[in-house]
Amino acid sequence: MSRLPKKDVVIVGLGWTGSIMAHELAMAGLDVVAIERGPWRDTAADYNIGTAPDELRYAVRQDIFLRPAQDTQTARNSPDQMALPIRKYGSYLPGNGVGGAGVHWNGHTWRFFPSDFRLRSHYVERYGAGIIPEDCTVQDWPVSYDELEPHYDFFEKVNGTSGKAGNLKGAIQPGGNPFEGWRSDEYPTRPLSPNLAQTMFQKAATDLGMHPFPLPSGNISEAYTNPYGVRLAPCTYCGFCEWFGCANYSKASPLTCVMPALVRQPNFEARTLCEVTRVNTTPDGKMATGVTYVDADGREWEQPADLVLLCAYALFNVRLLMVSKIGAQYDPASNTGTLGRNYAYQTNAGSVGYFSKDTNFNSFAGAGSLGMMADDYNGDNFDHTGLSFIGGANINCTTTNARPIRTHPTQPGAPKWGSAWKRSMVDTVNHYQSVGTQGSSMAYRDCYLDLDPTYTDRLGRPLMRMTFDFKENDLKMSRHVVDKTAEIVRAMGAEKVTTSYKKGPWSVVPYQTTHNTGGAVMSSTPRDGVVNRYTQHWDVPNLFVAGACLFPQNAGYNPTGTVGALTYWALEAIKNHYLKNPGEALVQA
Amino acid sequence: MMRSTILAATLLAATAMATAAKADPDNFTEVQRGRYLATAGDCMGCHIGPDGKSLAGGNLLETPFGKISVPNITPDNETGIGHWSAQDFYEAMHEGKRPGGTHLYPAFPYTAFTKMPRADTDAIYAYLRAQEGVTNRVDRDTLPFPFNIRLLMAGWNWLNFTPGAFRPDPQKSAAYNRGAYLVEGPAHCGLCHTPRNFMGGDKDGEHLQGGALQGWFAPSITANKRLGIGAWSEAEIVDYLRSGHTERGAASGPMGEVVAYSTSRMTGEDLRAIATYLRERGAAGAAAPQPVAAGDARMQAGAAIYEDSCAACHTRDGSGVAGMFPRLADNQLVQQPDPAGILHVVLQGSQSVPTPQAVTAPAMPSLRWRLTDQQVADVATFIRNSWGNAAAAVTTDQVKAMREATAGIAMPQRH
Repeated sequence: MSRLPKKDVVIVGLGWTGSIMAHELAMAGLDVVAIERGPWRDTAADYNIGTAPDELRYAVRQDIFLRPAQDTQTARNSPDQMALPIRKYGSYLPGNGVGGAGVHWNGHTWRFFPSDFRLRSHYVERYGAGIIPEDCTVQDWPVSYDELEPHYDFFEKVNGTSGKAGNLKGAIQPGGNPFEGWRSDEYPTRPLSPNLAQTMFQKAATDLGMHPFPLPSGNISEAYTNPYGVRLAPCTYCGFCEWFGCANYSKASPLTCVMPALVRQPNFEARTLCEVTRVNTTPDGKMATGVTYVDADGREWEQPADLVLLCAYALFNVRLLMVSKIGAQYDPASNTGTLGRNYAYQTNAGSVGYFSKDTNFNSFAGAGSLGMMADDYNGDNFDHTGLSFIGGANINCTTTNARPIRTHPTQPGAPKWGSAWKRSMVDTVNHYQSVGTQGSSMAYRDCYLDLDPTYTDRLGRPLMRMTFDFKENDLKMSRHVVDKTAEIVRAMGAEKVTTSYKKGPWSVVPYQTTHNTGGAVMSSTPRDGVVNRYTQHWDVPNLFVAGACLFPQNAGYNPTGTVGALTYWALEAIKNHYLKNPGEALVQA
Repeated sequence: MMRSTILAATLLAATAMATAAKADPDNFTEVQRGRYLATAGDCMGCHIGPDGKSLAGGNLLETPFGKISVPNITPDNETGIGHWSAQDFYEAMHEGKRPGGTHLYPAFPYTAFTKMPRADTDAIYAYLRAQEGVTNRVDRDTLPFPFNIRLLMAGWNWLNFTPGAFRPDPQKSAAYNRGAYLVEGPAHCGLCHTPRNFMGGDKDGEHLQGGALQGWFAPSITANKRLGIGAWSEAEIVDYLRSGHTERGAASGPMGEVVAYSTSRMTGEDLRAIATYLRERGAAGAAAPQPVAAGDARMQAGAAIYEDSCAACHTRDGSGVAGMFPRLADNQLVQQPDPAGILHVVLQGSQSVPTPQAVTAPAMPSLRWRLTDQQVADVATFIRNSWGNAAAAVTTDQVKAMREATAGIAMPQRH
């Protein structure tokens, strides 16, 4: 192993959180190196408009995602099962390369509700302690919505997020989401243009007493220059968004929003195709000394640094802590340890409406975040009295795409093959629309992450083991909200409606969502989590962790907005406090 | 005693330093002035070394007469200009001659640099001397016969070159005269933007009216509104030169390099002076031809291709996206008599230049693989004759020639 000259900061992973950390700390004058296990990526060269809209390459063959041969997890539904490796990523698709999952995301850019940040206290105060299910380990966040608000705001300004405010400094705004937390400012750009489906949804949901509003979108509606001087161009509704890199400079991503400014900084360096294998610590384990990584030729390097930032995807940050033996592994039997605890996911389901032949949705003109939403059944926006569950889900009517290879809808009951199948597909393809829900996922004592006792990766490190299933509370919640989607689809005028409820057990095969959360939870005491409220490791003060692994449980929203806000929140603490007293804990344990 | 020994040693060291030093600390201002003039002259554009940061040369410049290798102008004694005196340097700049009297080729724009006064060439000399010497031996004899006979340049100079000096116009403002000096002297804009005669000299009477180079066409920069910068405001010209991007479009290709190495690093005052000169020195160029009729079959085919392959970024009405995707309506580049610029960009693709003021550098993809010669000709004809544009129709022969000229690496380079 070769030891390299010391840097001020080493960053593991160059996606959203890594690029933002790198840019802000390089601007603050620090010498920063980011180590990324995937390839270098750049909009102009890699997502060229001439080649980017390639469904076979990107959606079917999953060109830009992590390959299981490089790293995967083992999975099981409960601790009494034997976990087996995921040999083809399905349920979720981790990103890879510069930009990370921020390249292929759909751009849904949410703020969690103020009540989400004090989830346990909120439900107990309003409904009594009995509403929290047994073995449900949900907890309050150690940071409040009010504290995060300026950082949500800045992340949206970096993204150029398109949307309509519903709550400006406490004043409810027509056309926006009346349930959202207060906003200090309007969205940076106007909402995308709704299509026929969204217009119909808006009317139907309003008629049913709900409060529809446009989805806050990372697909930008108009030309925009962000605070880093980076430019975005208006979305063209090309329908090649999720699972694709954007060729039009229209989707907010690390590549479009941060990297063009970051690469100009002389005190920043990126090393790609280099996989960090562990975080190194002093013999007493009290300080990080840097990281060890393996380059594309299999050579091992030690990169010493004063400050280590874990900015890989949620699952990989947790695993890196585990293989580096930093922190105590959570054990559900003894209920000890914190690392790997409170792993959560997302509870999604919905309804599909089949409309008359003169209702042409033209869904091929879509965008990752083109949607109309209703939050009337999300969070605690509705009375949970007597419902015997906590949590909620957003209701969404989105048009992401109708790409030719994988879009083959048929009428309910149609044959699965042959000429009748083809006829049904022709009859259906432009006349159907789904209305979905994206539901919260609570934390439970036996849903967690640890190291697999059997399987190892290509470098001989144990794979991470995921133990997860959908629990009764979340299934009940989902059923309650999915029933609302059926009502909406009917009110939109569908001739037929099919409704699919979320069912257990969780399967790794069908794609569900890449919203894996928890495992390195932020907490107000070291007993309940891995990092403190500033995302600083409780045991190792020069180690900070970013990403959705910090979430104590997951809300009824996509995580990226909150991940971005937490990154700027952490940066504020690092720049204004930590760097003035390096090596000091920002919160006394 | 001890003290005086130390003093003597220090003096000795100082003397040794002065001999070895590349820059006399006393001439700091001279070196800085030289650095700025070298930036305005875009020395780096041609003389950039294999290390990507020195002026160690080695590039091969494509010319109609063959490839000319660019010399090493770092102060390396063996392979650079370490042995040159300030007088040698002045003669090279002013007369196009190397020490000893051999002729330089006018790919080195002594035809423009001749307007620079001795004080300015001395400043550049001081700056060049202050750089690290880089050993990089460059083969100076890459041109084919008969152009490899440097003595021929004596005849060329007799026909095409008069050593001279810059003469300010007393009727004009200081800004105009500063701009004129920069454009006609160090910045040597005419080397690309003036058409060449058969010998590679300036075409008489067509100064700054646009010229072909390296598979591109450097557009007219006279004050002609259709073809030149006549419709550009001063702020637009300054923005373009400083950031590489305006609401009209972006610098790419050879001009992208000029912006990157030169104009983006010049002062706002000088950029405004350049704009003043270009806007005030007069318009020239052919009157607009009758546009090709919208009903023409080539226009209709081109419109369909435009809708499919171009409109998503450049928009249906050709207005583009400010600072990102060039506006094609009322675009000077696409209406040049020579369509090389538009054909180059369509066939090879191109990326604008990132600058500190505009860090995003959007790319136009290469459409070479998916459009036939006829389709490229039709879409170019359509763009050249829509939304108020007017220019001659493009032929498939022109497309074919450009396809051959740009064969090789498509831009952007990775797929």
